[in-house]
Amino acid sequence: MGTDAFEFTINFVKMVAIFLMMVQIVPLLVWVERRGSAYIQNRFGPNRVGPLGLTQLLADAVKFLTKEEFVPGRGYPFIYYAAPVVAMIPATLALAAIPLSAPFHVEPFEMFGRNWGPYTFMFQGYDFGIGIVFVLGVSSLAAYALLLAGYGSNNKYSMYGALRASAQTISYELAMGLSIVGVILLFNTFSFTDIVNAQSAPLNFMWFGKKVVVEWLPNWGLIYQPLGAVILFAAMFAEANRLPFDLPEAEGELVAGYHTEYAGFKFNMFFIGEYGHMFVASALMVIFYFGGYTIYPWLTPETAPQIMGKLLGVTSATWMSFWGSILLHLVLMAKVVAFLWIFIQVRWTLPRFRYDQLMDLGWRSMLPWALFNTVITAIVVLLMRYQWGA
Amino acid sequence: MSQLLPVLLLSLFVILFGSALLFLASRIGAKGKPNSVKEETYECGIPAETSGPTKIPIKFYLTAILFILFDIEIIFMYPWALTYGDFISGGYGIYIFSAMAFFIAVFIFGLFWEVKSKALEWE
Repeated sequence: MGTDAFEFTINFVKMVAIFLMMVQIVPLLVWVERRGSAYIQNRFGPNRVGPLGLTQLLADAVKFLTKEEFVPGRGYPFIYYAAPVVAMIPATLALAAIPLSAPFHVEPFEMFGRNWGPYTFMFQGYDFGIGIVFVLGVSSLAAYALLLAGYGSNNKYSMYGALRASAQTISYELAMGLSIVGVILLFNTFSFTDIVNAQSAPLNFMWFGKKVVVEWLPNWGLIYQPLGAVILFAAMFAEANRLPFDLPEAEGELVAGYHTEYAGFKFNMFFIGEYGHMFVASALMVIFYFGGYTIYPWLTPETAPQIMGKLLGVTSATWMSFWGSILLHLVLMAKVVAFLWIFIQVRWTLPRFRYDQLMDLGWRSMLPWALFNTVITAIVVLLMRYQWGA
Repeated sequence: MSQLLPVLLLSLFVILFGSALLFLASRIGAKGKPNSVKEETYECGIPAETSGPTKIPIKFYLTAILFILFDIEIIFMYPWALTYGDFISGGYGIYIFSAMAFFIAVFIFGLFWEVKSKALEWE
């Protein structure tokens, strides 16, 4: 986590800040979702509390805190209380492994009478170099929280909701895992940072053993993997239990699914988990297929510090690097927000699937298509990179 | 080990955050007297009909088992995909492709058999 006190402190603060960022983004997303749905359905939505209804979020938080704590008579109190806390863990751990911007470099400096540095800080909670595997593994733990919630409430609706959720999550995980294989075949790395760096270059690929460079296009994964992108995006909806795949909490059938017996802040924690999952899903889409925190000709890890240096008039290498990373972070956030809006718009546009249709789609349609995508990618990569005549 | 320390720290922090909020909510939340109707399992407002643990269809169990099989097969593709480029540039492209082609053929056969045996039918 660091070699000295300074590095350790910064890394820890960074990790906590990323978690708090996720917690903060939830009320904002709830606000966007409520206003957005109102806009789509020709209503007003929350517009009374504060400007544009923005302080509604605070009012909601206070209301959640003042609700009566209550455990259903037949429930198991420990599991009942543990489930919402567990629900927040997978999304947090996954988000901390995702690079939110380019790493920034701190030049050597003097403080408290000794010399520190130089350091390089990643703009993420931690970097293992096997980020993809870690995120896949951690985000599949989300099913446990829902199962615990269903089991702890000991209510038949909660239990059915929890079972549906876990069956659905694991079914779509197959398609999700397979569609990512296509990306790994292209970039040959498990590290998010390497994938983003590969995409911050002009479009370049091998054409039957010869290198081709297209200067005016960025090297985005979407150009190589359109089918994989669609499959991953659809599977992400199912993983985050969003409409049209929100069978776990189908109101018409199961009251509210796994959180039927939950109220107050415990209910809110499930939402932090769910929206955190959406955030991670959008970030994964952006990193795999849309260039991550870069937009090739203009904003890359090389150009961003210069741009910010000119814009803000800073000359010190440390601050230029820092502000450059902030700029790239804003680029990533803009892309992520676009995807989050698609999540919200789809929720208020499409109707819900029937359960058998859902499982059919996952197993008999998306899994074979993802397999097809993998095989085709492997064949094309082999043909293009094969050393013809060598 | 020290690489995984941040993960442990972050999980602890989230658990602490969640428990603190639950504690806070129990301190400042409204206090109500328990009574038998309130504590009853919620089943749309009518008196609860079910008692004891909920019975669940065995179908979910089958799905979970099938998932484990297929997921392990997919996990084997990850290291293959990671080293694919190296094998091609090293001149072993056809070998590494045909090795995985056999594996995927078995995968497809398994999926086909599963569909045929109606293990994936939900009525």
